[in-house]
Amino acid sequence: MTTSRTRGLALLATAAFVIAACGGGAATAPTSGATTAPTMTPGATAAAPLSGAVNIDGSSTVYPITEAVAEEFQKANSGVKVTVAFAGTGGGFKRFCNNETDMNDASRPIKTADTADAKSEATLCKDAGVSYLELGIATDALSVVVNKNNTWATCLTTAQLKLMWDQGSTVSTWNQVDPMFPAEPIKLFGPGPDSGTFDYFTEVINGKAKQSRSDYTPSEDDNALVTGVAGDKDALGYFGFAYLEENLDKIKAVAIDSGKGCVEPSAANVNNGTYKPLARPLFIYPSTRALLRPEVAAFVRYYLDNVNTFVDETGYIEAQPDVLAKSKAALEAALK
Amino acid sequence: MSTASPPAVGARPRFEPQIARRKLAGTSFLGACMAAIGLLLLALVLLLYDVITKGLPYIDLDFITGTPSRRPEQAGILPALVGSIEIGLMVGAISFPLGVAAAIYLEEYAANTLFNRILRTNISNLAGVPSIVYGIFGLALFARALQLGRSPIAAALTLALLIMPVVIIATMEALRSVPDSQREGAYALGATRWQMVRRSILPAAAPGIMTGIILAMARAIGEAAPIIVVGAASFVTFLPTPFQEGFTVLPIQVYQWASRPQDAFHGIAAAAILVLLVLMLLLNGLAIIVRARLSRHLQW
Repeated sequence: MTTSRTRGLALLATAAFVIAACGGGAATAPTSGATTAPTMTPGATAAAPLSGAVNIDGSSTVYPITEAVAEEFQKANSGVKVTVAFAGTGGGFKRFCNNETDMNDASRPIKTADTADAKSEATLCKDAGVSYLELGIATDALSVVVNKNNTWATCLTTAQLKLMWDQGSTVSTWNQVDPMFPAEPIKLFGPGPDSGTFDYFTEVINGKAKQSRSDYTPSEDDNALVTGVAGDKDALGYFGFAYLEENLDKIKAVAIDSGKGCVEPSAANVNNGTYKPLARPLFIYPSTRALLRPEVAAFVRYYLDNVNTFVDETGYIEAQPDVLAKSKAALEAALK
Repeated sequence: MSTASPPAVGARPRFEPQIARRKLAGTSFLGACMAAIGLLLLALVLLLYDVITKGLPYIDLDFITGTPSRRPEQAGILPALVGSIEIGLMVGAISFPLGVAAAIYLEEYAANTLFNRILRTNISNLAGVPSIVYGIFGLALFARALQLGRSPIAAALTLALLIMPVVIIATMEALRSVPDSQREGAYALGATRWQMVRRSILPAAAPGIMTGIILAMARAIGEAAPIIVVGAASFVTFLPTPFQEGFTVLPIQVYQWASRPQDAFHGIAAAAILVLLVLMLLLNGLAIIVRARLSRHLQW
């Protein structure tokens, strides 16, 4: 009894200490926040301070960019409560088309083709009276990667990728892809079927979204894919450019040949249009009803004006200038 | 034919002490038990070592009092920490009265009918339903039908439902562990059933009930999946209020950071795990204190 009581008292003391520490911290929070607030907000000196809320959901790929924009926008407009969630492109659209969010992040265009058993996202939005703008904001280079010690697969054609990844593929060793390659078993890693990355890759490589072999190692966590490829000399996988860039000590990119020679994934090759077809556009979809609110309009305008300062540090690639110009024009037309 | 007769010669004696063999069996059982706990401890130590070495360098006052940021070294967890505590308290406040009342009914009042047996079995089954299913239910009922939106109260109601079976089962176990002599004694003194429950059974069962509820709250605080479905955000820079949309909790913050490509984000994910562990430790410590205090005067 006594031992358990002294233990209890010790825990109580710890609790009191931690609570006191938290309390002290909370009191100092506003000052530290004020001192770190930067002044990098060109043209964001609005006349009247904005208030309200901007609710954003959608792609976890676009999340880091939107988070960066939201962070800086929030510093300049502390009265606006911006929240960003990451339910995925598809999960986000469900919510967006149910009028629950102001804007959706998307790593692929909204789906417009109805199927026999399901309405498309565009139809769901239309039925609910939700209209929206599709604004391109940045580009991601989907990267095909192999282990650091893989000496043979430096360049693959899109036909070879399709051979490996298409539905019903029977490729199990590297020399089935190219007779020059060793007769080693090939280990495939890729995102799971709920991912926008999976949708995009299967569409441009295999010809139809979601059409893929299923006997590979899937994971929704890109870091797990990196670990998988880094741990096996015979592995091959695909995921977003940011995960390649951060792990160049463990994995390396495969150049892609889509008929005009081998092209490495890089910002330069995406910008000059040669990295095809795996350069994928990233979008934001603000709803036109939400844009009627000044805080949402200001946020989206700030997004398009400043997104290029954030894409690089979050591991993405700037959108083509004409894409961004088109987005800005579409926004201004809608705001008139 | 004679070969098929039962072997009388060489049959085992009626009593064979075999002390060495029996002792060996006893020792090897003990060894197996110790190996089991050793293995579990090893896993725990490795986990803690990994989290502490990765996360500790990132923990400072700015981390506790800061808001999320795209730069890991500037990111903080205050909105998530406050969200977790706020939702944890609401979950406790909702599940305590409902769960305890349901358990008292089932254990002290309900007759042993087929219907009630089915009810009990179903409550036990509910404890095994995956948490994501509660999330989908919470989204449909609380967030959408009841128009609570993506608010902390919608999340708290969902989590309260999630832990309700655990609370009910723990409370029922605690009530059952009170010896029947207590009930009979109360009746012998002329108590009504309510007086018996109120004055005799509940105080005796209180330590077990409180422990069950606090452990269930700790589970609720560690959940991410159902709250993501209900609609928690991840980037939130303000402190959540119960009925206002927009909140996040620690497990979601951990999940978000752990999925980022940059290594420093994995570091702050580990740091957030440490904060979550401390929060859990505080709750479990509270359970121990409450248990010790409430059981001090118990005697039977």
